[in-house]
Amino acid sequence: MRAGDLLHLASESLLRARLRSAMMLVATAIGVAAVVVLTSLGEGARRYVTGEFQALGTDLLIVLPGRSETTGVQPGLFAGETPRDLTLGDARALLRIPGVERIAPLVVGSAPVSTAGLTREVPVVGTNSDFYYVRNLSMGQGRFLPPGELERDMAVCVIGSKVASELFPQRAAVGASVRIGDRRFRVIGVLGDSGRAVGFDLQELVIIPVSSAQQIFNSESLFRILIQAGDHDAIPRTRTAVLETIRARHQGEEDVTVITQDAVLATFNRIFTALTLTLAGIASISLAVAGILIMNVMLVAVSQRTAEVGLLKALGARGRQITALFLAEAIMLSVAGALAGLVVGHAANIVIGRLYPALPVGAPAWAVVLAMVIAVASGVVFGLLPARRAARLDPVVALAGRR
Amino acid sequence: MIEFRGIHRRFQVGDQLVRALDDVTLTIADGEYVSIMGPSGSGKSTLLNVVGLLDRPTEGRYLLDGRETTELDDDALADVRARRIGFIFQSFHLVPRLTAFENVELPMVLAGQARSARRARTDEVLAALSLTDRGHHRPDQLSGGQRQRVAIARAMVMRPTVLLADEPTGNLDHASGAEVLAALESLNSGGISLIVVTHDDEVAARSRRQVRMRDGRVVHDAPTPGAAG
Repeated sequence: MRAGDLLHLASESLLRARLRSAMMLVATAIGVAAVVVLTSLGEGARRYVTGEFQALGTDLLIVLPGRSETTGVQPGLFAGETPRDLTLGDARALLRIPGVERIAPLVVGSAPVSTAGLTREVPVVGTNSDFYYVRNLSMGQGRFLPPGELERDMAVCVIGSKVASELFPQRAAVGASVRIGDRRFRVIGVLGDSGRAVGFDLQELVIIPVSSAQQIFNSESLFRILIQAGDHDAIPRTRTAVLETIRARHQGEEDVTVITQDAVLATFNRIFTALTLTLAGIASISLAVAGILIMNVMLVAVSQRTAEVGLLKALGARGRQITALFLAEAIMLSVAGALAGLVVGHAANIVIGRLYPALPVGAPAWAVVLAMVIAVASGVVFGLLPARRAARLDPVVALAGRR
Repeated sequence: MIEFRGIHRRFQVGDQLVRALDDVTLTIADGEYVSIMGPSGSGKSTLLNVVGLLDRPTEGRYLLDGRETTELDDDALADVRARRIGFIFQSFHLVPRLTAFENVELPMVLAGQARSARRARTDEVLAALSLTDRGHHRPDQLSGGQRQRVAIARAMVMRPTVLLADEPTGNLDHASGAEVLAALESLNSGGISLIVVTHDDEVAARSRRQVRMRDGRVVHDAPTPGAAG
């Protein structure tokens, strides 16, 4: 039998049993669409997070107080010691390391910000002018913190756009003064919305000089020190130098953790790839279920078309032709269902993309290929049993319409 | 030439052994017109199935045109059925979703013949059976007589040497039955062997040789009284 005739006969059978065919097609389509949508979400989350980090620049090192990789209990801790704080002195020392381009020390807290009778509790970040470049910020109005010595206590602040609109609903924020905690600051700029700052909502942030923040929060210690290396290749060397510098300043103790942007990205990539694979695995189960449905429906079809199988044998059909005929039906349904599932999945992705524009949804190519392969393979595997059962029917018994 | 030599066909039904064919020896020459009669359960349908290579004898030899068939595997039997034997069934056995044209060309489709050759041959046999204007109708749009003529067209489309008809007029009114028999006899007069299983004495009377069966045995095998040739 020619391939074209095989497909024609198989499609005639499928069109004749429209409801049955539609059921099997929908089952496969749901499975494929589930794989496409779920992997799109996983991949979208991965691309969103890594995109956020990559936008910060890949030449970033983050210094945290304490050693995250320490296991067991340090003997010193029994004696009441705590890891040493990061200080502005540490930050200044790090800036002197060759290859370090910028340093942004961070003090983070929350404080009431008020003006003209309006008060709002907001997150306050104490930092310096380099923070603007290290975090790729943008300004909506005015300017960012001016450069200067870290210890220089300037009574100026930069506020987020939401803070500006809420505290200054009727007037310009830039040039006005606000009270943060018990101190008065002049607003010199309003942040734009387009900048990136993982971990902070830029619209609800107030940024002040780091020494001012230390006074407001009554703390000498820093939350983090962000370091921008001169170039990407210098990162490992810079990391070693940072650890050596801190060790020298902390009486030989390596009591900080230095995270590189690449390491963070790699970790997030691993986590989200695992998440996406898990989602793909879960969705693939529905494809297997669809395959079992195809098998059941095809078994019913074989039993309903027993006399037809007998006739085909009487007309000279070989066993493998009967197998091919039923298998072609199962595969055509799987392929049609898989294609329909792809269309539905991509349509769902478009809808999700419109609802959540920040999430870059899009099924990875491997997931699309995987879904198609599993769908077609399930059609072959689960279609084979009914097809072979049909091929093995005794022609005399089959012609009588018995099984 | 069909040669049965000591053919047995036995079935095990529960604890009981059924002897559907019991030592049947029979020779049917090319171009013969034979009717096979007998009561229900006498073995006439089993005989037709074994002749048509749909069923294998339990014992004995069956030579078709001098070739031993009992040794052939399933694929070889399928090939012989496709090329040498045409079947006509009481209940027509047309594929309901296919048109009359598609039903008729089905054996050629299974044989892998080219579309152009199929079209020409199908048009030819439909015309021979006065079905040209019914080619695009599905079976449920045809009368009983037309359906059986479509089945005859399908049986002859591969130019078989043997036509096997199992109660071909059993589901037809008298006029349609006569039309169908006339079509079959026309094919027989063209040289095709025609074997008809029937309960109907009138149908049997039109054949040139009558075989009667009882309990799986041939109990009568003689030319039809008054038959020509």
